[in-house]
Amino acid sequence: MLDLTFETPKPKVIAGAKHDWELVIGMEVHAQVASKAKLFSGASTQFGAEPNSNVSFVDSAMPGMLPVINEFCIEQAVRTGLGLKAKINLVSAFDRKNYFYPDLPQGYQISQLYHPLVGEGEIVVDMEPGIARVVRIERIHVEQDAGKSIHDMDPNMSFVDLNRTGVALMEIVSRPDIRGPEEAAAYVAKMRQILRYLGTCDGNMQNGNLRADVNVSVCRPGQYEKYQETQDFSHLGTRCEIKNMNSMRFIQQAIEYEARRQIALLEAGENVVQETRLYDPDKGETRSMRSKEEAHDYRYFPDPDLLPLEIEQAWVDDIAANLPELPDEKKARFVKAFGLSEYDASVLTAELGSAAWFERAVAEGGDGKLVANWVINELFGRLKKDDRSIEDSPVSPAQLGAIVRLIKSDAISGKIAKDLFEIVYTEGGDPEAIVEERGMKQVTDTGAIESAVDEIVAANPDQVEKAKQNPKLAGWFVGQVMKATGGKANPKAVNEIVTAKLGL
Amino acid sequence: MTELPKMKIAEARDALRKGDVTAIELTEACLKAIDGAGPLNAFVHHTPEIATEQARAADARVKAGDAPALCGIPLGIKDLFCTKGVPSQAASRILQGFRPEYESTVTSQLFDAGAVMLGKLNMDEFAMGSSNETSTYGDVVNPWRAGNDETKLTPGGSSGGSAAAVAADLCLGATGTDTGGSIRQPAAFTGITGIKPTYGRCSRWGIVAFASSLDQAGPMAKDVRDAAILLQAMCGHDPKDSTSADLPVPDFESMLTGDIKGKVIGIPREYRMDGMPDEIEALWSEGRKMLQDAGAELRDISLPHTKYALPAYYVIAPAEASSNLARYDGVRYGHRATLSQGDGITEMYEKTRAEGFGDEVKRRVMIGTYVLSAGFYDAYYNRARKVRTLIKRDFETVFAEGIDAILTPATPSSAFALGQEQADPVQMYLNDVFTVTVNLAGLPGIAVPAGLDRKGLPLGLQLIGRPWEEGDLLNTAYALERAAGFVDKPAKWW
Repeated sequence: MLDLTFETPKPKVIAGAKHDWELVIGMEVHAQVASKAKLFSGASTQFGAEPNSNVSFVDSAMPGMLPVINEFCIEQAVRTGLGLKAKINLVSAFDRKNYFYPDLPQGYQISQLYHPLVGEGEIVVDMEPGIARVVRIERIHVEQDAGKSIHDMDPNMSFVDLNRTGVALMEIVSRPDIRGPEEAAAYVAKMRQILRYLGTCDGNMQNGNLRADVNVSVCRPGQYEKYQETQDFSHLGTRCEIKNMNSMRFIQQAIEYEARRQIALLEAGENVVQETRLYDPDKGETRSMRSKEEAHDYRYFPDPDLLPLEIEQAWVDDIAANLPELPDEKKARFVKAFGLSEYDASVLTAELGSAAWFERAVAEGGDGKLVANWVINELFGRLKKDDRSIEDSPVSPAQLGAIVRLIKSDAISGKIAKDLFEIVYTEGGDPEAIVEERGMKQVTDTGAIESAVDEIVAANPDQVEKAKQNPKLAGWFVGQVMKATGGKANPKAVNEIVTAKLGL
Repeated sequence: MTELPKMKIAEARDALRKGDVTAIELTEACLKAIDGAGPLNAFVHHTPEIATEQARAADARVKAGDAPALCGIPLGIKDLFCTKGVPSQAASRILQGFRPEYESTVTSQLFDAGAVMLGKLNMDEFAMGSSNETSTYGDVVNPWRAGNDETKLTPGGSSGGSAAAVAADLCLGATGTDTGGSIRQPAAFTGITGIKPTYGRCSRWGIVAFASSLDQAGPMAKDVRDAAILLQAMCGHDPKDSTSADLPVPDFESMLTGDIKGKVIGIPREYRMDGMPDEIEALWSEGRKMLQDAGAELRDISLPHTKYALPAYYVIAPAEASSNLARYDGVRYGHRATLSQGDGITEMYEKTRAEGFGDEVKRRVMIGTYVLSAGFYDAYYNRARKVRTLIKRDFETVFAEGIDAILTPATPSSAFALGQEQADPVQMYLNDVFTVTVNLAGLPGIAVPAGLDRKGLPLGLQLIGRPWEEGDLLNTAYALERAAGFVDKPAKWW
């Protein structure tokens, strides 16, 4: 295993009016399973369809309708569990969570309370190169999503869209191991990255396909360590749950606000009330949704319409054997195999598409480090300017590979290479042919360079004198030579010859 | 030839194929009998157009020589089954006007086998009841009377409409459902045969759910052979019901040999209840003798957890029902209360459900909600589940010891007067005392008429079989039926 080593980050400390406080955060990430059909019905999951068009008799809870498990969704959840190095439970079961709401046609959500499909796992949350937090995953269970209630279309009526009703979700529950707002955002980002690598969730937060409930509490320094030793929650503060966050920026803001609110309460001698809160991004504050006393009694019980879900170890093994290379492994491999910095490796592996693009370019261009520089500094910048994704890049990995080869063979200079890249980006074509046709080849003929240097030395005696006093001025001569050769002279050779001719 | 609607299915099947009768004639005779049986209140939706069309098609198939098993056989369908385009409201006001756009698996299998639907049959609301007094359509009246006493008697419940219709010869057979005895108790009260197959034998898809882990469909018929023929068409694996068993279905009718020599029949001592009427005790004793005379060996057995069955049932069934009935909220279909200015969603739920559900349904929804609520779950629901496991184990133990079937009374009494037990729900629940164990254990059980009591009312015996061995159970019932020779019919008064 090509694991990179890392250190644990320091927890975020907030200075209160009286003393310091630390944050303790746990997350429940709801990830929509990337599946064409719903969890218990054959209806489509297509986003943006006409309201109430993706609704089967099962989804609308017609009398006598029964759920049938969509095996594909279970497979995706197992993949996700394996991707989070989690225990897969060969026997799990579905339970009903009972509550009334018009966008919940059955009057209950089918979920997994007592026996989840996936047990304990972990996720490495990268903060910066060499610094990462290991967050324990408590469980992943599979459940149905609810529909959508629309309250702002009519002053007197509410509308219900059942398209999302019954879509499969994975609820990924962490332990309270996250220690600051930035870590929370990084946790979601890492989760999203892993899910996208696995292909089990598209990670689209805007559409609500990935959203999080955030549990926040504060404690005095030292308390968290006591919790860690004993796993006794009484060492920690009372938590509040901020529901339904679908932006990493808002997650950070909400946690920051919520922590300060709790600190202010505690320092004023008051108690934090355990409750569910909502974040209002316009006002930048959280507000109470319902208290513990008002919390629903969901009357969970095993769903009698579904037999316990039994899967076979061989099936799990098969899924495990076909798991893709995951972000941590890929990053470590890029560091070791191509000599990249951890930072560069992180940037390149952030998305599966760019990592794959990079590897194809290395296959063509040979020098991993040089290819990485070009991809990160030139290609990404250029794509960003045009608001394009790597998948729409006008430059192919083969073309960038060819440019890198030209640089490596000293055929072109770095400066010319940038011009060449721009030509390839805007006009296309074979980089080698372009260099030939447009005379962009670097002059490495020392005779030609020498005569150019001689001419400039002869024409600028004053500068020669100054340079002899101050060798830094040699750069001026190099610049003049480059200018005279239209940038095609090999800068290394020019440097050497100038130094020699000036007798420095 | 027997008078048309009085025919049994096997007899009608042969007559149809021989050309002695047409499906149209048979259907029209039934429709006429139904029209003349208003006082029984058995049929609540009449579907003569569908029946006539299906009968015509059946006659064409008979003519073409490809008549399937139930070709041209007119049946009544319990209102709990969703039938496409036909009102299907589980005898509840809350499903007022509901016409499903789909056909339940069981009824579509029956129609595929050529059966003719005469209409929908009355029942207790959401199958909750033992007397057919909780229906939004009003009580069903038992065609049987105690001699010259004109007191209206219950046909039992919840499949009371099905039982009355079959007993009164309004149809040749009917579908029923059984969650705690709802096929077997009304069959016993009306002198007909009803079998609840093993849980998972019949698909529950398209049947309005009461308690999902207990509900099973089954036939109600004039004799064991007819029950076998109907069950054959009703059962089988259905991928749309995850609890439906993917097992082959044997040819039940061909297993009716009447030969039960060497079979071991268990007599459970715990079914001898305190205060059981001596007539029931005597009937049970006669049943034992009949089976023994037919060559079976009797063995006393113990099912020690029997006494906990009824309380466990009345925790589990309401718990599941409270959740299953949550969907009746007035949002998408069925009844919705008229709201007042300023009423919100909570008022809509409360008013709709208050108006839509009857008292017994409300009682069970409340019991179910209570036993599942935080703090009570372990004491009630979880404990009931444990009891259920023990009851199942009781049966597994005796079957492992070589018992082939178990003989018990079907009910603790004969049919009682309508209104008699309404005041005391617990007294009413005692009707299920011999039948609920079978549902809790998921076993097949059959009620066979075995005699009349002193008042001239039918009494039934119950046989409980090994899981998935309905064929064997039907054959034992067939032997019992032959020995009992029960041929009585209610005197027509309606």
